[in-house]
Amino acid sequence: MNDIQINESQTPEKKKKTFRISPPATALIVALALFLLSGLLPNGFNDWQTAMRQGLNILRLASFIAIIGAGQTLVIISGGEGIDLSAGAVVTVGAMLTYTIINGNNSLILPVLLLVIVTGALIGLINGLGIMYLKISPFVMTLGIAGVVQGALILLTKGYYDGRVAPIMTQIIARNLVFNIPGMIFVLILIGVLMTILLERTRFGKQLFAIGVNRLTARLSGVRVNRMVVLTYVIAGAMAAFAGFLLVGYTQNAGPNIGNQYLFPSIIAVAIGGTQMSGGKGSYFGTIAGAIVIQLITSLLTTMQLPQALQQIIFGSLLLVILVIYGREKGLRE
Amino acid sequence: MSEPSKTKFARWWKNLNVKHALGLPLVLLVVTTIVYFLFQPNIFSGGTISRLLTSNFRTWLPVILVTIGQAIVILSGGLDLSNGAIVSVGNVILALTVTSPDEPMKNLLMVLVVIGFGLAAGLLNGFFTVYLGLQPVIITFASSFIYSGLALVLLPSPGGAIPREYTNFYRNTQILGIPLALIIIVLVVLIWGFFRKRKYGRFLFAVGGNPKASYTTGVPVTWMKISTYILSGFFAALAAISYTLLTGSGFSGSGDEMTLASITGSVLGGISMSGGAGSVIGAVFGGVVLGNIRNIISSAKLDSWWRTLVNALVIVLVLAGPGLINLIRRKK
Repeated sequence: MNDIQINESQTPEKKKKTFRISPPATALIVALALFLLSGLLPNGFNDWQTAMRQGLNILRLASFIAIIGAGQTLVIISGGEGIDLSAGAVVTVGAMLTYTIINGNNSLILPVLLLVIVTGALIGLINGLGIMYLKISPFVMTLGIAGVVQGALILLTKGYYDGRVAPIMTQIIARNLVFNIPGMIFVLILIGVLMTILLERTRFGKQLFAIGVNRLTARLSGVRVNRMVVLTYVIAGAMAAFAGFLLVGYTQNAGPNIGNQYLFPSIIAVAIGGTQMSGGKGSYFGTIAGAIVIQLITSLLTTMQLPQALQQIIFGSLLLVILVIYGREKGLRE
Repeated sequence: MSEPSKTKFARWWKNLNVKHALGLPLVLLVVTTIVYFLFQPNIFSGGTISRLLTSNFRTWLPVILVTIGQAIVILSGGLDLSNGAIVSVGNVILALTVTSPDEPMKNLLMVLVVIGFGLAAGLLNGFFTVYLGLQPVIITFASSFIYSGLALVLLPSPGGAIPREYTNFYRNTQILGIPLALIIIVLVVLIWGFFRKRKYGRFLFAVGGNPKASYTTGVPVTWMKISTYILSGFFAALAAISYTLLTGSGFSGSGDEMTLASITGSVLGGISMSGGAGSVIGAVFGGVVLGNIRNIISSAKLDSWWRTLVNALVIVLVLAGPGLINLIRRKK
């Protein structure tokens, strides 16, 4: 990753150099600073080992936000005011399906994983079809589908649900896998590599950025825009459901609201990571960095044991400050 | 017989649809109201309609007010996810300070404080989103954390009591049989209609439709957009006042559900999420439709496990309606 990009103006006479730090790098620097700051707290860490442990723990918690943010990144890059507000509800669906069907049975893991991903993809398909073919704005469509999914969950469970997570899932996701590193972090690295390849090295990625910049020009140059957008929402749904599967492996317990708390963090992580909310520009690396920043702020505020209300105010203010630093879009004058 | 009158009607309908995007909201309003009336026994006995109007509009007024504010922001091409949190702060301030009917000056001052807070919060939203060029979805969501945190600091647990004189005045006042809440809505729509026809309204729709073209033709885009957030904050403050008078008490999460309701209401009211198309009266219709749907579901004596699902399904289907009709037409 280039930490510093040099923007050169087009005309050679006026070689005005403006140094701009890339957003993902800024996010990582902010994260590092916050982490070191958290060590200074009275109940922070004193030695290297505790610091490692705390760092890994924060990474593990951040990985859930980052994985839900993966689908969100794709949807936002695809432009057209794209956003997936059903991600929270889909995470819940994935978690509830896993929890109630697996019921402690190792042999059911793979079939249930498949079921979870297909269910998420189907919800994403409905989102995509509604947005592209019925011309409903993504914000409202995904919000409505979130309500439908939440309502269906209430109806199906009727407030009662029972189940258990399979032992192997606990072993892989929640416990340490090798070198005291939780398995979740390997999952995140795997998804990070896959997502980066998808965005940077495949035709899908190139077309995604193209439709994000300008749908009309993309269509005229042969991109099948409708199919691309629907596919993006399908992937986003599948990723969110998969995140639910992982999440329940970590928390060991599902609930009708388990996913909702991850919805807005996943969107903010994308924004902090420097992905442009209007589409066409961004990276998954940035989203991971953004997820780490959000998790660090949350953990820091929890460790400081401030009252809930103050935590909210500080969280909101910090978000504003971080976004003001580099989240600006081009003004009309430029 | 009615060839000319039919075309007249058709022209009126087309004008309504194309120019004001009011066709669908009007149909929804009429249909949901009729269905709702069907569920009410003895609807035609004396006073029932008046009683229903009073009890419904006083409940809906807060949501309708935030929806109007949201509609204005969306029309200019923005989005306000913090209006519910502003309602919470206003509600909490009033519940804490307006406790006795013997100090009218102090109570009036607190109402002004709430309105001032709404304007200031709106200005802050506008400054960050427009002046600094940040994304409204993210910024107003971040600022909503600050406002709802503030509400929680002021009033950690639900409480406070508004004097009965005030709440009764709000709940039961009727002028010529028309409930106070409905009169307020009509007044707001009339005042908006006045501005809509003038420079402000024209600029607003221009900015929402095409900000670049507006900028090059000399429309003060930045100021126009900031002003919509201020208006949204103002309407949230009004909603806070009416909500407080409705419930008579304070709760730090009172506005939480209004944010998304205001967006759904705007869209049901025919306002395009990408800005520049729609009308404020449509937003009022949208707010009423939302209230009607909720009322119908609760009077249909539906099993309570079904309610969330049916509510969401109805809204999605209603939104899908126009798109579906277009798809079928194109196929033919």
